[in-house]
Amino acid sequence: MSARVDVRKTYKLYIGGKFPRSESGRSYEVYAAPTGAAARRGSSSRPPTFLANAAQGSRKDARDAVVAARKAQPGWAAATAYNRGQVLYRVAEVMESRRAQLVQDVRNSEGVGAAQAEATVSAAIDRWVWYAGWSDKFTQVLGGLNPVAGPFFDISAPEATGVVAVLAPQASSLLGLVSVVAPVIVSGNTAVVLTSEERPLPAITLAECLATSDVPGGVVNIITGRTAEVTPWLASHRDVNAIDLTGAAGADGVDWGGLELAAADNLKRVRRPGGTGTEAVEPDFTATPDLSRLTAFLETKTVWHPKGR
Amino acid sequence: MSPFEYAPAPESRAVVDIASSYGLFIGGEFVEATGGTPFKTVNPATEEVLAEVSEATDDDVDTAVRAARTAYTRVWSRMSGADRGKYLFRIARILQERAREFAVLETLDNGKPIKEARDVDLPLAAAHFFYHAGWADKLDHASLGPDPRPLGVVGQVIPWNFPLLMLSWKIAPALACGNTVVLKPAETTPLTALLFADVCRQADLPPGVVNIVTGAGATGQAIVDHPGIDKLAFTGSTAVGKMIARSIAGTRKKATLELGGKAANIIFDDAPIDQAVEGIVNGIFFNQGHVCCAGSRILVQENIAEELDHRLKRRLATLRVGDPMDKNTDVGAINSRKQLERIEEMVAVGEAEGAERWDSGCDLPTNGFWFRPTVFSGVSQTHRIAQEEIFGPVVSVLTFRTPAEAVAKANNTPYGLSAGIWTEKGSRILWMADQLRAGVVWANTFNKFDPSSPFGGYKESGYGREGGRHGLEAYVTTGGRG
Repeated sequence: MSARVDVRKTYKLYIGGKFPRSESGRSYEVYAAPTGAAARRGSSSRPPTFLANAAQGSRKDARDAVVAARKAQPGWAAATAYNRGQVLYRVAEVMESRRAQLVQDVRNSEGVGAAQAEATVSAAIDRWVWYAGWSDKFTQVLGGLNPVAGPFFDISAPEATGVVAVLAPQASSLLGLVSVVAPVIVSGNTAVVLTSEERPLPAITLAECLATSDVPGGVVNIITGRTAEVTPWLASHRDVNAIDLTGAAGADGVDWGGLELAAADNLKRVRRPGGTGTEAVEPDFTATPDLSRLTAFLETKTVWHPKGR
Repeated sequence: MSPFEYAPAPESRAVVDIASSYGLFIGGEFVEATGGTPFKTVNPATEEVLAEVSEATDDDVDTAVRAARTAYTRVWSRMSGADRGKYLFRIARILQERAREFAVLETLDNGKPIKEARDVDLPLAAAHFFYHAGWADKLDHASLGPDPRPLGVVGQVIPWNFPLLMLSWKIAPALACGNTVVLKPAETTPLTALLFADVCRQADLPPGVVNIVTGAGATGQAIVDHPGIDKLAFTGSTAVGKMIARSIAGTRKKATLELGGKAANIIFDDAPIDQAVEGIVNGIFFNQGHVCCAGSRILVQENIAEELDHRLKRRLATLRVGDPMDKNTDVGAINSRKQLERIEEMVAVGEAEGAERWDSGCDLPTNGFWFRPTVFSGVSQTHRIAQEEIFGPVVSVLTFRTPAEAVAKANNTPYGLSAGIWTEKGSRILWMADQLRAGVVWANTFNKFDPSSPFGGYKESGYGREGGRHGLEAYVTTGGRG
């Protein structure tokens, strides 16, 4: 009896809650990462395993994603914090239900064994839950009443900065991705995420989780493709409020200083990549996070009102 | 004689002692600049030359940064927070003790009315040091993240509109967090910063913790570009802010930028109209309109536009414009000839684009730089006077019908520094405050400042906050992970 011929998936972009192909009609081949001894040697006697033709996102796709993100932002930010928290918690529920697929994606993309992939997926789901819980807490932690010297009620509170472009980490294709996307959207920002160039498939699976989790279309938009080709258009886009350059580390042909330079045209808030000097280093995403990825994409608004009888 | 005319009440300038020339304050002492072209600072109300000031060269900036680094590594970063705080408390007290001297000097160099220098700039400057002094030994409790540590040497470039106050906004949090500074005051208003050097001396502040270099754009650029600088703090125009952001792109230098604004001051038909008129006057004519958060766009609900126009112009006719040293003066001198030309150019543009210009017609002194309080009505959103910062005593009046329209118009600007709301309806205030994309929202008040209240902008008004717990974030690192 011959083995069953499996039904393979077409991996597409995720923009405005829909799954379009790249408007450019282009795709690029994605291969499994080498495993075990082959990975340690840095070479493999066997040819790499073909995984998929991922959509090769273009400048236009990125712009469409910004439009979708902008359209979704006021409504997402205006949702109650409790509501945003429940919607994001729902994402973790759906991730858990798709655990097998996520584990397989991580194994394929990162070339790790089953046990490590299981641990990575668990950490990613737990990380998502951790950030989801912040939705109705960061405002109190970061804001408060200011004791001004006069008869005024004066209060400061954080709010979302707007549309955030995110360069997802190149190596940590799921845990890293979750660790940079969740803190952006939990506060009411919307995101345009450029995935790991060589390891894009976990991001598309995450998109399917988002699409089935009551996350409004446009809150997270996911572009697969060549990082060096698409990022300059996001860095210079005048309707993007902030950019996270974490994924510049290890990205082929990407100069993060040049992206920061372009981002200055409309004074985007820039989260630089890890590392020192000009070198960009991908952080260790297994470490417990602090609040810095949340606060990087928040504005502080201070409101004054006189007191009187 | 109109009932609003007052007899002259001049403040004495005997309390200040201005040297004929100044060097640079580096490593705790005044030193000669190594070159550069000395420049004169003038009293903008009389055009009298007050002093000659040094232009710091790249070498001078380098010397200052090295002095700051030495003070940082050997003294200031090793000192306990409690001791750092005590130095800042000393500075606060000395500023209070010498407040009159500083206020008079500020008015002479800047042109602002003495009553504003005396009642706003100086009390707030001292309060900033007093407030931050108390933080110096409490940073672990400021929710800044684990193990907050200073950044190192901070370069600070400040504007001419609130010279000493901006110095205090910059230096107080930097020192409280354990950093040392190289600060450049604006080229038209360096004198109070140079006098501040004497406050450092009286406080026995360790040499090199505060260094003050004077000069114009080139000196500022030398600070921005110096590799020994860990962090930059800048207040000024959005154009220069963008230049700084570009200069540090691809480096690990941090920056906070407090830039321009085009604030909407929104007047609803149920607003207490006389209070609103006072708020408008304070919003745009305070400090000659040389205020980044000035309420330079009035958005008035259509059904009261005519009444507001009448009451506003009647009020403006009573503003006393003239000698800044007179204790009754409301509006002083424009800070420089260059700024006066900028205001005149923008007003000409406003007229050419079809807006209707009105000014109070008051007499102006013959010497110095002056501009009458000016109102443009019939302004549309596309007019340059509704889009660009004028930084002078000029306000544009636009109208709206619904709260949603007011929000759309208020937010229709690349800036996002401040906004004002005038209405008696509490729920509308809170709804409006939520909708406005601005860092500071004043409801039924305007232009209020406090060291405990974070200040700073959204969008192209810059990033980072100054004041309050939030302001400390810019001056520490916590080694954020993942």
